[in-house]
Amino acid sequence: MTLKERINAANEEAFRRMAAADPVLVDVAPASQVIPGMRDRLILHSGPPVTWERMCGAQRGAAIGMCLFEGWARDAAEAEGMLARAEIELEPNHHHATVGPMAGTITSNMWVWVVENKSFGNRAYCRQVESFQQFGDHSEAALAALFSWRDTWGPALGQAVRSLGGIPLKPLIARALQMGDEMHNRVVASSSLFANVVAPALAASGLPAEQVQSTLHYAGNHPFLFLGLSMAASKATMDPVRGIESSTVVTAMARNGTDFGIQVSGLDGEWFTAPSPRVHGLLLPGWKEEDAGLDMGDSAITETAGLGGFALGGAPGILAFTGGTAAQALAYSRDMRAIAVGLSPNYLIPALDFEGTAMGIDIRKVVQASLVPVIDTAIAHREMGHGIIGGGLVRPPLECFTRALTRFSEVYSAAREA
Amino acid sequence: MIRKTVVRRNRYLDSVFLMQVARRMSERPGIEDASALLGTDANRAVLAGLGFEVLDAGPNDLVVALAGEAAAVDAVATDLEAWLAPGVPGAAPDPRSLEEALRTRAADLAVISVPGAHAAREARAALRAGLHVFLFSSNVSLEDEVSLKLEARDRGLIVMGPDCGTAYLAGAGLGFTNAIRRGPIGLVGSTGTGMQEFACLVHLAGSGISNGIGTGGRDLSDAVAGLSTLAGIDALEADPATRVIAVLSKPPGAAATRKLAERLGRCAKPVVQCLLGGEDTLDDAVIRALREVGVEAPAFLLPRTDPPFLGLRPEQRHVRGLFAGGTLCYQAQAIFRQAGLTVHSNAPLHGMETLEDPDRSLGNTFLDMGAEYFVEGRPHPMIDGTQRRRRLEKELRDPSVGVLLLDFILGTLSSPDPVGEVLDLLPGGLCVAASVCGTEGDTQGLESQVRALKEAGVRVFPTAAQAARFCRDVALTLQEGP
Amino acid sequence: MKAVLGELLQGRPVFVNIGVRAFGDTLRQAGFEVVQVDWAPPAGGDPRLAALLDELL
Repeated sequence: MTLKERINAANEEAFRRMAAADPVLVDVAPASQVIPGMRDRLILHSGPPVTWERMCGAQRGAAIGMCLFEGWARDAAEAEGMLARAEIELEPNHHHATVGPMAGTITSNMWVWVVENKSFGNRAYCRQVESFQQFGDHSEAALAALFSWRDTWGPALGQAVRSLGGIPLKPLIARALQMGDEMHNRVVASSSLFANVVAPALAASGLPAEQVQSTLHYAGNHPFLFLGLSMAASKATMDPVRGIESSTVVTAMARNGTDFGIQVSGLDGEWFTAPSPRVHGLLLPGWKEEDAGLDMGDSAITETAGLGGFALGGAPGILAFTGGTAAQALAYSRDMRAIAVGLSPNYLIPALDFEGTAMGIDIRKVVQASLVPVIDTAIAHREMGHGIIGGGLVRPPLECFTRALTRFSEVYSAAREA
Repeated sequence: MIRKTVVRRNRYLDSVFLMQVARRMSERPGIEDASALLGTDANRAVLAGLGFEVLDAGPNDLVVALAGEAAAVDAVATDLEAWLAPGVPGAAPDPRSLEEALRTRAADLAVISVPGAHAAREARAALRAGLHVFLFSSNVSLEDEVSLKLEARDRGLIVMGPDCGTAYLAGAGLGFTNAIRRGPIGLVGSTGTGMQEFACLVHLAGSGISNGIGTGGRDLSDAVAGLSTLAGIDALEADPATRVIAVLSKPPGAAATRKLAERLGRCAKPVVQCLLGGEDTLDDAVIRALREVGVEAPAFLLPRTDPPFLGLRPEQRHVRGLFAGGTLCYQAQAIFRQAGLTVHSNAPLHGMETLEDPDRSLGNTFLDMGAEYFVEGRPHPMIDGTQRRRRLEKELRDPSVGVLLLDFILGTLSSPDPVGEVLDLLPGGLCVAASVCGTEGDTQGLESQVRALKEAGVRVFPTAAQAARFCRDVALTLQEGP
Repeated sequence: MKAVLGELLQGRPVFVNIGVRAFGDTLRQAGFEVVQVDWAPPAGGDPRLAALLDELL
C-alpha cells in the first residue's frame, strides 16, 4: 500500500470508530474516584500543557479558585504563591481522558460527569459548566456554585443516573440537533431533554426533598448544563480514535487562553500549538474588545467530534452571537465538509435536508484548502476575577495544522524509507 | 411473502425523516409494507398490530419493519444504511477539490484553467483519478508537460495542452470553439486558432468535424515527441465517426517528425497533414481533407485574384497585421515569406525579423496580440479587444502605414462583438483587409460581423490565408514603388 | 493497445471544470453535465506545504 492509501485506510478506520461510538452517561462522581492519575495538589486544566508563568489571567484565576475550593490555601494571595512556587502541579485534562470548559480546572473533590463509550469500553470525564469560576472568578460567590455542585447536585444526579442504569447520550444529541442545538454554545434543547430524563429518577431517589428540589431546579434551568455532557460524550468518542497508525484525523483541539493546540491520531501524544486566537463575537453589556481574553477551553472537543461549529447550520438561533445570517450558518456547516473525512450517519441536520454533520477533521484537507474548523465558544476576561463576558466564533490558527502536517510527513515519510 | 424486523440501537432519527425513508422503501418493487420508527411502547404496539414480531427495542432504538418478497426484504434489510442516508441534497456549494467533486459525480474529463504554477498538480490529480485532461493553463514547465503526458500514456489517457485553447469532443466544444456541425473529418492540432479556422472552413464547406483533439503548442517538440498527437491519432483511428484525420501543427522537431511520419505511415485511415510555416495553408489542408471525404471544395476556398487597392499616398508603404489568433499571424508571415517579403514580428517565423520593441512597429509588422507580452495581467484579444484597439489607434497615426490586416474570431468565450470593438476606427484612410473566423451558429453572427466590416469599406475575405495573400499582393506593388 | 479516448468520443462525456467558470458555463449551455470546482491555490499557495500534500493527499 502506498502512504496515501495507508492514510486513507487509517482515516476510514478513524471515521468508523467515531460513527460507532456509543457514549452513555453512567455516573457523576468525585474526580479523585474516577479520573485516572488524579491526585492531591494537582489541578487539571484546559488546553495543551502550560506553566504558571505563561498561563493567562482567567485560567490563573480559576486555578486560584480551585486552591480555595480544595482548602489548600486560605486566600487568593496564598494560593497564588503556592502556584507560583509550583507547589501545585498543573496538567492538561486531555492527558487524563478528561475535558473541561473554559479554564477547565478540575481537582480531586470536583465532581465530574462520567461517560462511557459502550462500543469501546473507554470512559471520559468532564466537570460541570458554570459561568464564573471557570472564567477566572474566584470570589466566594463564584465558588458557591462549586460547593453546591459538590454537595448537592452532583451526588443527586449521580444517584439518579445510576438508578436509570445510565443515560444514552447519542439519541439525546441527535434529537437536540433537530431542535436548534449545535451542542457547544447552544445546548438549550439538550439540557431540557436531559432534565426530562432525570426528573422521574430524582423524584424517586428518596433523597431529602430539599436536595431533590434544588437539583431539579438546577437541571431544569441551567441553559448550559448539557455542554458538560456533550463535551464528555465527544471526548469519549474521540479517545478510541487516538493512536491509529498513519491517520491524519484530529483527535483533540484545545486551548488554554495562551496556546491553541491540536492532537492527531497518527501522532499520538504530541501537541501542535500556536498562539490562541481572538474570538469574534458579542460581549455582554459593559465589556469592551480590549477586555477579552484569548480563546480558551477544551470545549472544541465538540467540533473535533463533528458538533458545535460543524453543526451550526442547524442552530440558527446561535447567530445572535455572531451577527450572522441563517444562510451563513448553513454555509459554515457545508464548508466543513471540505475538511472532513465524511458525514455523520447519526447526527443529521434538517436544514441541510437531513445530511449529516461533517465529521473527522483531516489535517491534510485543512492545509490543502487553507480552511480551518469553525468553533463557537464563550469569551472570558483577559484578567482574573470576572465571569463570562461574551461569546462568538473563533478559528484555530492554521499553523497548528501546518505544523502537524510537517511533523506527520517527517514521521511517516521516514518510516516508509526505513 | 416474508416479514422482517431490524433494530438499530441508539439510533435516534427524526420521525418525519423516518416516514420519508419508509415511503421510499415501500416504493421499491417487491416491498409491500415498510415501517421505520423508534421503539417506543406505542410504536411497538403499532408494529404488533401490523403483524410484526416485537423485538426488544427501546425508545432510542430504530426499528425497521419490512414485509414483501424475500429477496426484496433482504436487500433492503442488508443495505439499511443506504436507505437511511439523506434523500434530496440541497443546493450544495461547489466542491473545493477534484476529489470532492468526484465524490458527487463520476466524470470523464477535467477542464483545467488554474494559474500555471498550480496547473500541473491539478492535472496530475485528474489523471490519477482516471480523467482525461484539457489543460488550458499556460506557463506549465516542459518537464511537467512531459511527465504528465507520460503518465497519461501509461494510464490510457490523454492530456490536451498545456496552453490548449480548443477541442471538440463528442459534440462538446472545449475552450474557444465555434458552432460547427459534426461530420467525418477528425482533427488533431497543436494550434487553437488554427483548429478553429480549419473547423469553421470545413463547416462552411458543408462538411463537419467528428472530433478535434488539441495537443498544446509544444507537443511536437523533440522533448515531448508528440505524445498527445500520437494519442490523438490513435483515438481518431479507432473512432468510427472519423473517416479522415487532419493533423495541424507548426513544423515539428526532427525526432518528432520521424515519429509522426512513422505513425502516419501505418495509419489505417487517410491522413491530411498541414505543416504551417511552409507552403501549406489551412485552406489547402481543408481542401485536401474535404477531398478525402468526397466533398468538392467550394469556390470560396479556391485562390482568387482580387482587384487591387488604389488610392494610397506614396508614403503609405507598410503593412501592419494585428492578430488575435497566433496561428493566423504565423500563417500570414509564411505567405509573405514565400513572396520574399520581410516582416517584423513579436512572434517571428523562422527567417523573419524579431521586433525588438513589441510596442513599436517597424516596416511590415505582424503582431500576435495574444502573446505573453500583451496579455500579461490583461485579457486575451479574442476575449476583449481593448489592447488591439489601442494598438490600432497607434498604427493609424503612423503615416507610413498603407495596409492593415486584421482577424476576427467568433465563437464561445470570444468577445460578444469583436468587429464592433474597432469598427469606428476603420478604415481610416488606408487599405484594410480582414477575415472573420466563425459560423452562422456563433452567437456573434458571422453574417452581421462580415456585413458591418464591408459596410465600413473593409475588404473581407472568407479565410485568413486569403486576406494575407491579398495584403501580400498589395505589399508587392508597394515595394515595387510608383 | 486500447485506443485512448474511445469511450469519451463515442459517449456523452461528463466534465469537471477546475478554474475559470466560463469554460464550464459554455459546456453546460450546450447541454453537457459539468461539475464546477471552487478552486483555490492549495495550502494557500505555500509551495513547501503543497509538495507535502502531493505526497500525502
